[in-house]
Amino acid sequence: MSIWEYANPVKFIRTTDLVLPWIAAAAVICLVGGLCWGFFFTPDDYRQGSTVKIFYIHVPAAMMAINAWAMMLIASLIWIVRRHHVSALAARAAAPVGATFTVIALATGALWGQPMWGTWWAWDPRLTSFLVLFLFYLGYMALWSAIENDDTAADLTSILCLVGSVFAILSRYAVLFWNQGLHQGASLSMDAEENVADVFWYPTLMCIAGFVLLFVALVFLRTQTEIRARRARALLTRERLT
Amino acid sequence: MIALLLRDLRLAVRAGGGFGLGLAFFLIVTVLVPLGVGPQTALLARIAPGVLWIGALLACLLSLDRIFALDREDGSLDLLATAPLPMEGIAFVKALAHWITTGLPLVAAAPLLGVLLNLPTPGYLWLLVSLALGTPALSVIGTFGAALTVGLKRGGLLLSLLVLPLYVPTLIFGAEAARRGAEGMDVQTPLLMLAGISAGAVALLPFASAAVLRINLR
Repeated sequence: MSIWEYANPVKFIRTTDLVLPWIAAAAVICLVGGLCWGFFFTPDDYRQGSTVKIFYIHVPAAMMAINAWAMMLIASLIWIVRRHHVSALAARAAAPVGATFTVIALATGALWGQPMWGTWWAWDPRLTSFLVLFLFYLGYMALWSAIENDDTAADLTSILCLVGSVFAILSRYAVLFWNQGLHQGASLSMDAEENVADVFWYPTLMCIAGFVLLFVALVFLRTQTEIRARRARALLTRERLT
Repeated sequence: MIALLLRDLRLAVRAGGGFGLGLAFFLIVTVLVPLGVGPQTALLARIAPGVLWIGALLACLLSLDRIFALDREDGSLDLLATAPLPMEGIAFVKALAHWITTGLPLVAAAPLLGVLLNLPTPGYLWLLVSLALGTPALSVIGTFGAALTVGLKRGGLLLSLLVLPLYVPTLIFGAEAARRGAEGMDVQTPLLMLAGISAGAVALLPFASAAVLRINLR
């Protein structure tokens, strides 16, 4: 029994079919439970009022936006090293989900920033690097959709993912440096995990679990769709040939 | 390798007019900026380093799709691939030729355009140094992007979408070095980081470009 057995698309579909409903249900329970708990049963922050509650969406979305890229990186590496098609398709499936999480993080951040900082957008290092991450997602997805041959597309995008990861990390530190050079960024950043009290922490934890499960469920579902679409295409080609 | 480099240089100078195009674009961007933001010399002096860096970057981007597209069309890229020269060498030489025909003229022209934007006197030296250190990285990263999109029919727009995010760190450190130089501050840290990015990109990215080219040519 090894994890590579799931590189077989049939086995992958069979297994994910079994676990997908459970993961999806758990994601719904965690998200609904965590968000309700967070929105209705926690006190308002004494300075930020009720706006603090957007963090139950903002923090998990931001975390998953970065983790989705990390997952794509690992899947791309597996594709380059071991040539398992499921891995390449999983990387492809994760990209739009990760991009959506990035947009959610940016949008909720802007919604929170407007009343709290008095501005929708600031060129804070964190915000800027997230915007750059979003650009990386866009480029990755555009390259996938631009190439017709599936294997070529998988090869090219996985190399782009590797190179892009290096440059994304470089950008992160470059942006930190750049903003320190202009003005102090500390007043704009709030490290949620260190400052947050237990009352807020437990619902946040539940929401994070919900977002992780949601991501896994969506990636499984989209990978299945990709596999089935590819099989349908293969069948069509075979029909036409015979 | 040298023969290939000379061939690319000759092609760039004699055919297609790609040689002067980047420079002309750089000039036009620099002329358009004061028209857009207004002619106040104090404002122009403050934004000059950043504008010149962005202009150089865009001029670089403009000529990227020429690196492999023409060779791909007439089949010489396939010939090169079967030549004894390793693919990494081809990618490196292509980037070098792009830098000599696009990056170097941009570096040389930047001080002249700095006059147009009223760049402060101490800024000229550091603008030159930062561009000279940064444009190799722009060329090598651009070659990687061009190799990625070489098989596509409408690769130009996709190329800029892929390459521009990769340019972010180079632009930040380069423009920061030029800005600090213009304001008479210490430029060592951004310059060192910029040189590090360039050296790393020149050393490693030809391998990625070569891998991508092999995939595209198979």
